[in-house]
Amino acid sequence: MSKVENASSHKHPARDSTFEDLLKPVYKGRKLTDEINTAEDKWNLLPAFLKVKGLVKQHLDSFNYFVDVDLKKIIRANQLILSDVDPEFYLKYVDIRVGHRSNSSSKDYIVPPHECRLRDMTYSAPIYVDIEYTRGRNIIMHRDVEIGRMPIMLRSNKCILNGVSEKVMAKLNECPLDPGGYFIVNGTEKVILVQEQLSKNRIIVEADEKKAIVQASVTSSTHERKSKTYVVTKNGKIYLKHNSIAEEVPIVIVLKACGVVSDLEVMQLVCGNDSSYQDLFAINFEEAAKLKIYTQQQALEYIGAKVKTVRRQKLSILQEGIEAIATTVIAHLTVEALDFREKALYIAVMTRRVVMAMQNPKMVDDRDYVGNKRLELAGQLMSLLFEDLFKKFNNDFKANIDKVLKKPNRAMEYDALLSINVHSNNITSGLNRAISTGNWSLKRFKMERAGVTHVLSRLSYISALGMMTRISSQFEKSRKVSGPRALQPSQFGMLCTSDTPEGEACGLVKNLALMTHITTDDEEEPIKKLCYLLGVEDITLVDSNSLHLNYCVYLNGTIVGTIRFPTKFVSLFRNLRRSGKISEFISIYTNIHQKAVHIATDGGRICRPLIIVSDGKSGVTADHLRQLLDGKLQFDDFLKLGLVEYLDVNEENDSFIALYEKDIDINITHLEIEPFTVLGAVAGLIPYPHHNQSPRNTYQCAMGKQAIGAIAYNQFKRIDTLLYLMIYPQQPMVKTKTIELIDYDKLPAGQNATVAVMSYSGYDIEDALVLNKSSIDRGFGRCETRRKTTTVLKRYPNHTQDIIGGMRVDENGEPIWQHKPLGPDGLGEVGMKVESGQIYINKSVPTNASDSVLTQTQAQYRETPVIYRAPEPSHIDQVMMSVSENDQALIKVLLRQNRRPELGDKFSSRHGQKGVCGIIVKQEDMPFNDQGVVPDIIMNPHGFPSRMTVGKMIELISGKAGVLNGSLEYGTCFGGSKLEEMSQILVDKGFNYSGKDMLYSGITGECLQAYIFFGPIYYQKLKHMVLDKMHARARGPRAVLTRQPTEGRSRDGGLRLGEMERDCVIAYGASQLLLERLMISSDAFEVDVCDKCGLMGYSGWCTSCRSAENVIKMTIPYAAKLLFQELLSMNIAPRLKLEDVFEQ
Amino acid sequence: MSNIVGIEYNRVTNTTSNDFPGFAKDQDAAWDVEKFKKTFDVKISSLDEREANFDLIHIDTSIANAFRRIMISEVPSVAAEYVYFFNNTSVIQDEVLAHRIGLVPLKVDPDMLSWIDNSLPDEEKFTDENTIVLTLNVKCTRNPDAPKDCTDPNVLYRSANIYARDLKFEPQGKQLEAFAKCPVVPADPDILLAKLRPGQEISLRAHCILGIGGDHAKFSPVSTASYRLMPHIQITKPIQGESADRFANCFPAGVIGIDEKHEAYVKDPRKDTVSREVLRHEEFNDKVKLGRVRDHFVFNVESSGAMTPEEIFFKSVRILKNKAEYLKNCPISQ
Repeated sequence: MSKVENASSHKHPARDSTFEDLLKPVYKGRKLTDEINTAEDKWNLLPAFLKVKGLVKQHLDSFNYFVDVDLKKIIRANQLILSDVDPEFYLKYVDIRVGHRSNSSSKDYIVPPHECRLRDMTYSAPIYVDIEYTRGRNIIMHRDVEIGRMPIMLRSNKCILNGVSEKVMAKLNECPLDPGGYFIVNGTEKVILVQEQLSKNRIIVEADEKKAIVQASVTSSTHERKSKTYVVTKNGKIYLKHNSIAEEVPIVIVLKACGVVSDLEVMQLVCGNDSSYQDLFAINFEEAAKLKIYTQQQALEYIGAKVKTVRRQKLSILQEGIEAIATTVIAHLTVEALDFREKALYIAVMTRRVVMAMQNPKMVDDRDYVGNKRLELAGQLMSLLFEDLFKKFNNDFKANIDKVLKKPNRAMEYDALLSINVHSNNITSGLNRAISTGNWSLKRFKMERAGVTHVLSRLSYISALGMMTRISSQFEKSRKVSGPRALQPSQFGMLCTSDTPEGEACGLVKNLALMTHITTDDEEEPIKKLCYLLGVEDITLVDSNSLHLNYCVYLNGTIVGTIRFPTKFVSLFRNLRRSGKISEFISIYTNIHQKAVHIATDGGRICRPLIIVSDGKSGVTADHLRQLLDGKLQFDDFLKLGLVEYLDVNEENDSFIALYEKDIDINITHLEIEPFTVLGAVAGLIPYPHHNQSPRNTYQCAMGKQAIGAIAYNQFKRIDTLLYLMIYPQQPMVKTKTIELIDYDKLPAGQNATVAVMSYSGYDIEDALVLNKSSIDRGFGRCETRRKTTTVLKRYPNHTQDIIGGMRVDENGEPIWQHKPLGPDGLGEVGMKVESGQIYINKSVPTNASDSVLTQTQAQYRETPVIYRAPEPSHIDQVMMSVSENDQALIKVLLRQNRRPELGDKFSSRHGQKGVCGIIVKQEDMPFNDQGVVPDIIMNPHGFPSRMTVGKMIELISGKAGVLNGSLEYGTCFGGSKLEEMSQILVDKGFNYSGKDMLYSGITGECLQAYIFFGPIYYQKLKHMVLDKMHARARGPRAVLTRQPTEGRSRDGGLRLGEMERDCVIAYGASQLLLERLMISSDAFEVDVCDKCGLMGYSGWCTSCRSAENVIKMTIPYAAKLLFQELLSMNIAPRLKLEDVFEQ
Repeated sequence: MSNIVGIEYNRVTNTTSNDFPGFAKDQDAAWDVEKFKKTFDVKISSLDEREANFDLIHIDTSIANAFRRIMISEVPSVAAEYVYFFNNTSVIQDEVLAHRIGLVPLKVDPDMLSWIDNSLPDEEKFTDENTIVLTLNVKCTRNPDAPKDCTDPNVLYRSANIYARDLKFEPQGKQLEAFAKCPVVPADPDILLAKLRPGQEISLRAHCILGIGGDHAKFSPVSTASYRLMPHIQITKPIQGESADRFANCFPAGVIGIDEKHEAYVKDPRKDTVSREVLRHEEFNDKVKLGRVRDHFVFNVESSGAMTPEEIFFKSVRILKNKAEYLKNCPISQ
């Protein structure tokens, strides 16, 4: 232990960029002159990727897109404010910016993030708009009008930490390793989790085979509304279903309403010339004919009659029908000049998909397929929220303008600018409230979503990082479904295969893999034009007969044309993308079953980079890698050179991807950059995970987040509600490449413990661990807790305010025991020990806070000190006094506690093997080997057979070889140091190849009869410690209502003798014990019962009999007495019939 | 009965000693001082200030182990136990710094101090007979002569790193004379205690007292004290030719020698680490027997610096003797 500790204190040269050393000429013992092996060294693309993209790039990209692009779009969509009163008046938003004014290029001063954390403020920047409006006759331009403040995502391009050096970070008290991607609202760090949804504006075909129902559905989502349209089968016939149409409409009628009047054309659009489809579909014409609907007008009227509307002015049925087809059905397609052709085609395609699924049940889509999912990120959610608030702001603003303009004769010309600032608080507080509560309520979509944001968990660096990559699903947790929870093959490389919680959210909460990127929206229009240039025939020009002869081209789910040579088109398109002519995130793939080419430009698709392989050769050569290591090439250059490209799940499904270079043959189109990227950041900590039973890796993913360690470089500057820190954290002996990439070796959470796998003392059953006392003495497993107390000194309307009193002294001038930690200012002094019952903030509150100012006598104060209550004393670490945003004095006191491991503290290795400390054994009693090495931990071998954590064993051997060799070994997934080589090192250093040593018993001194598996394993100390949980009570507080002991440790509650325990006592027949536990020690109460009427009286008097004659005293539980009285209040008279227990 | 512990491929046999009366009917095995005197042997192979390596031969495991245990946990030594902070503006917390100072081994002869009486109140507890006072008063400042583009904190700042040698001994009362010749210093002056930056300072006073390793590892006078059993290699069938080279490669260098007939012979079993590598190779099946001599203890004692290893060992012998003495005089035993 102690030797390793001292080694860690070696000087490290200061580094500027975190990733710099990964790209340095000499890295991990490899020099530039070393031969570059493409098969092994292509993984260097990964640090290059992370250098450009970062671990939370998806959040940052999405937020940047929101503030830079989306805000402007929102402004453009809502740019005009008109007055109902004055037709002359208008106000127009011209531009919008966050954080800086138009004239000055420098950014506004923003309160730095760490100050916001400490002072409970919101890290935000002003939103400026340029407006143009009329004042009287004049048109006035006004620039830089602040309409509110926008919370800023840390490390986004509006953040002051964007692109600054490590030195500046240090000045701002920020940790350079902190990934950012969260907000600071009212002093708390909030993350907007990635939300997983079914993709919007795409057709999903599903089938219920039992009920013989096939349905195609599409969720249309636009800025204004969200609606869902279905094309369903019912008794073999096809109908259109929509929420705003009362009943299902036969599909032929819908198509006719869209202007496809001839039955032949309907047949051509839906079935083409496939006779089997025609047979299936033909039945649908009958219904329309029966209803005598032959023309578009008839069809529109038919639909119009069935529309559910809440409209102020009545429209005719025909108009209703037109309105329904134009705006409500498949709302994401906009209809211009009542040309329904596009919509007709869309509905026809939906119908065709239904017919195809009817004919071949395999032609349905998989809801759980990752390609059918879209991830909604912070930026998109913020944009929804902002647009809602902005609309509300404009409405209020307009109402205000109308109110003023309505006044008949104003003295002055009205200046709208004056009233714009009135409402600016609405946007600010609306954004703040939504982020701090997590309630996203959007009026226009009737969306009410709770739990969108979470407090960033700062338990460890990994827990914070894990939270940034987390994806929450919209599925209900309570539902017992297996489909959405199951591991999807299409998740490969996109979502981590191991990292998911156990229990109810299992499989619904996922995590991103290491190389995943999430797209943002791209412009559709240029792509559409490009398609036409590449030979796509415009769909509006294609005649219905030839529609299904060729491949259809879909852009974001909407059919844009047909193509005769799809393969050529796709490869041309891909070449354009690879040469950087169009965005690298646009995906294109062919679906042979649907005879379709799909192009996607929408945001929220998951994608990842892959090496392009052409003609059986990998694009990336040794030369490229050398230039990458030299720093001549960046990751983006690889994209530009067409060596690497991003593939989304759908396009990935259309490619042949080789895992290793040796697997490449002529059919292969892509090559994986590195196989270990199937895991995410959290699962990447596990050494040799490919040797473990898979659930063990999942358990470790949950536990790695609870490990105590270093959380950030600024950990001592932070004042969090609760922080756990390890005193001597060590980087693991057996690392992984992921560990280096995410800088876990710089902020580790654990220690390399020497472990002996053997049975010892019997205090190690059920995964309990035996700890070496001397190791603990030397600092093994020591940790520190830091707990915050916040006090606000309030001001009251009568000009009184809370004050901090000084300290009270006894006759000798010494402070009284309670006030010992206090200084003369009434606040705890830094470094003082605080014991249970002592005071560390001596606050007093005025007794008459509500009285008027007039009674100006000396203000009376009542002491309301903050008293420390805990089983163990603490030390005062920091005292902060500041002023919060609303000008109230804010006091934060940080209490620190140093803890050494004790019995019952929880530890875990990195293989999902947790255990509590069962006994602490003196060093001389521990077994020792030839060198005199004594284990820090003894682990029971029964932990291995059923858990099958072979990775842990290999970690031990690699770790032991590393210790002997003076090197850090790797346990990277699907790679890492090879077991044979490690064993060879052991043999060379005079140890047994198996890692098993001959040990001597520390107690008898004799040799143990078995060889013991002995070596270092990285152990994490978990946050569950006995000191925080221990609880006992003899007597204490009782609940007011029932007079029974309170519940829970926090209320000093009693220990419950529950139902099952009660059953045991009954079965055993210990009736007196039962009586004692359930009544005497709980809520015994003496009542006066009238033997005659059976009701309860008091003071020996029965109120109902008006006599004291038959009143008997007896003891019953207070809860029983309460029950009787409650029953009485309900007009039920419970009467007690008393008898002697023993007959006389 | 053999006194060789059998080292087999996957087990260790014959681990317990059996030279006690009643174990076998044909042998008496009663303990005899004369016999012990005749057979017992001590061989010292190396001895210096900090480390000793010696053999105890023909002694029972229990006695050898007792020495080991006593050296680790019962030989008293001096370490800082009470640390009083006057000022600490560094990043390292008071408790952690106190813990680190406690673990610094001090060069004090434990015999110069007497045991502290914990029943006394705090004011009277510490006297010049039982307490050594160390102080640490450091303040970090900028180095005005540092070159401009320098980034090395050791050049930029003065006293940026605080080492054990910065702990200063403050002799109290009689200690002025008693410790005049041998002032108290840390045994290893280069132990890093804390790191400071300009403006930070530490001012503290540590009371060092006598204690034993059983109470806290810092009082243990040894880094480690342990023994191993003497390896024993028996070649049962001759191993010749190339096989002999392979055989020698299964052991650390110098263990197996090869004679002029190119036959392997055991040269120096003491150098063997008993890696059992030879048992993995099928060609040496039944040709070699590995074992360890059960009553031949190769001791290795590493001192933490306060005393020489032989002093520690002799103290352990004395303590064991006292224990035996105590047991002998114990009323229960009579």
